[in-house]
Amino acid sequence: MRIVLFITCYNDTLFPRTGQSVVRVLERLGHTVEFPIEQTCCGQMHFNTGYRREAYPLAKRSVEIFSNAEAVCIPSSSCVAMMREYYPALARENEDAEMATAVAQLLPRIFEFSELLVDRLEVTDVGAYFPHRVTYHASCHGLRSLHLGDKPLQLLRAVRGLELVPLEGLEQCCGFGGTFAVKNADVSAAMLTEKTRAVLNTRAEVCTACDNSCLMHMQGMLHRQFAGVRTLHIAEILAGTEDTPA
Amino acid sequence: MSLVQIEPGGHSSRILDPKTAPPFPDAAKTDLRDTQLRRNVVRATDTIQGKRAALVAEKSDWQALRDAGAAIRREALANLDRYLLEFEQRFQAAGGTVHWAASAAEANRIVLQILQREAASEIIKIKSMTTAEIGLNEYLAQHGVAAHETDLAELILQLGGDQPSHIVVPALHKNRQQVREIFARTMGLPDLSDDPEALTAAARQYLREKFLRVKTAICGANFLIAETGGITIVESEGNGRMCLTLPETLIAIVGIEKVIPRFADLEVLLQTLPRSATGERMNPYNSIWSGVVPGDGPKKMHVVLLDNGRSRVLRDAIGRQTLQCIRCGACQNACPVYRQTGGHAYGSVYAGPIGAILTPQLEDMRHAQSLPYASSLCGACYEVCPVKINIPEVLVHLRSRVVDRGRRKLASFFDQERAGMMAMAAVFANHRRYGAAQRLARIGQRTIHHGEAWYHWLPGMAGRWTETRDLAPLPQQTFREWWHQRGRS
Repeated sequence: MRIVLFITCYNDTLFPRTGQSVVRVLERLGHTVEFPIEQTCCGQMHFNTGYRREAYPLAKRSVEIFSNAEAVCIPSSSCVAMMREYYPALARENEDAEMATAVAQLLPRIFEFSELLVDRLEVTDVGAYFPHRVTYHASCHGLRSLHLGDKPLQLLRAVRGLELVPLEGLEQCCGFGGTFAVKNADVSAAMLTEKTRAVLNTRAEVCTACDNSCLMHMQGMLHRQFAGVRTLHIAEILAGTEDTPA
Repeated sequence: MSLVQIEPGGHSSRILDPKTAPPFPDAAKTDLRDTQLRRNVVRATDTIQGKRAALVAEKSDWQALRDAGAAIRREALANLDRYLLEFEQRFQAAGGTVHWAASAAEANRIVLQILQREAASEIIKIKSMTTAEIGLNEYLAQHGVAAHETDLAELILQLGGDQPSHIVVPALHKNRQQVREIFARTMGLPDLSDDPEALTAAARQYLREKFLRVKTAICGANFLIAETGGITIVESEGNGRMCLTLPETLIAIVGIEKVIPRFADLEVLLQTLPRSATGERMNPYNSIWSGVVPGDGPKKMHVVLLDNGRSRVLRDAIGRQTLQCIRCGACQNACPVYRQTGGHAYGSVYAGPIGAILTPQLEDMRHAQSLPYASSLCGACYEVCPVKINIPEVLVHLRSRVVDRGRRKLASFFDQERAGMMAMAAVFANHRRYGAAQRLARIGQRTIHHGEAWYHWLPGMAGRWTETRDLAPLPQQTFREWWHQRGRS
């Protein structure tokens, strides 16, 4: 299948290895990956911080860029949630009928990375090898907006050598919340302390998730603490093989 | 030894007034240092959440009940004018009196006038967040009327000089050792144990005399039923039943949004409310008074219908769903922010997610502007809400109202966040500009940063990040650069 990648600004700029891993996995499965160079940001940061007016043109241009795609792969739950939950509202409140139609046509064809694999491509074993003890963090958007459920876990369980350990308090937010992490830095840190304590209790070497935003937050504190735990987007784990380890 | 010494009853002087409360981040910072408070809040919310989850799991039609509850509340709000008049007409026909109060001050005045006509110098009260919202107890005290709280949690707060931190369990931030200390000191019971039964027995003893003596009661209401003119009150302790049956005069102060169309609507709401609120299948005490009944209960009944900003909230197409709230507090128990801070940091009797959307709207966005930002938008509140208020949607909507108010102010041009957001919007508008900005950021990084080391310190707003978290340096290559290079090779 021809799969169009919406890498998202966050992954593009801060976590290029995640995008590279998505490409590796999808190509290994025999698909063609395209990357429209015009893409930038879905508008989530502006929208969630209250800059709705600024978010609208970003949403509009994103819809236009991906309108012809058969399937769009987005390795970020929160960006998928932004599009599904608020793009229709942005079109409506700006009385943009053209965008509303385009959004309605686009939404059934956008997929978060684990959704794409499990639901659209119907594959759980992507031929990955990752000989490490891993715990999975369910991001809030993945859990409550996309209802990813155990899709990421199905993928991780099929990875050879991977020992999966459950994370206590899975439904609890890590405290990132975009600008929340700096606007309410103290509360955010208290939430993060509880989350990293749960991660450390698993004695996992790696904490994974479908969102690099949560992982950057968790890694920020784990790194400060010299905790000896690294964070990796699920795509990076799935990209690893015996020949080219993650 | 803790770093910050918390005096006994440390927050006792704090009055929860959104007009004077400090911004949420500042208030939260203080409360985050209170280790006892945090332990109490986590313990209590975990307990209630566990009970709720077990009872919700046994209802196979839970999602349908949520939909039905939301539909009932939406219908009530969409036809509020009609249902309020219908309630008024039925309740008055049954011998009650209805008063309309546009503001907190007017509601307080109406109550005082009734009490003065009755020559009442004291009243007994059922737990009511609406009376806390309008500061009724303080107002009555100024005019020589003593208000006695009869709900156990409210009694703890009143005797301890404290304020509610939760809409259902107002003294949730106190544990039983702290309750024992308050009761022992204020009731003159030095030998009181911290056994829950001993504590409730002490409260019962203390309250009984007041139930028998005081002739006037003040309450709120869970629902007003338009069809029957009924006031519905559900509770778990029986103090409400005492207040509703023993006194000669009953005054209910009720927000105008609390009306429901039909008696049959209780079939849905009395399934979802107790499960969501206290983790019970049904409340032990469910009372409905539909006017005055000769020889039974109060001889005079008043309902004060309170607006106090609500009709303005109703005008906002996105914000109005806030008024669907049936005050179950499930969002507070589920909220990871509330879990850390407790309720007082919200600076209003309405704490937690519902407070973060209700308070700023009641204040017409003139106060409490930090509250819509007191959330990571994790969505746990929306998931548990029994009437499906999309709290994250309202939060981001209110944030845009805060931002839009700021657009008209000159000072906003010097605001770091706003400048950053405007610059980012311009960068994201064009992919060439965006690519250039990525390269520019990397060049900028080279002037202050070398090698692979992570940032331990950053200037400005980003410095709030590095207080507790490190940050990796920008990678040497963006994804799009890698993609471009790959295409050429």
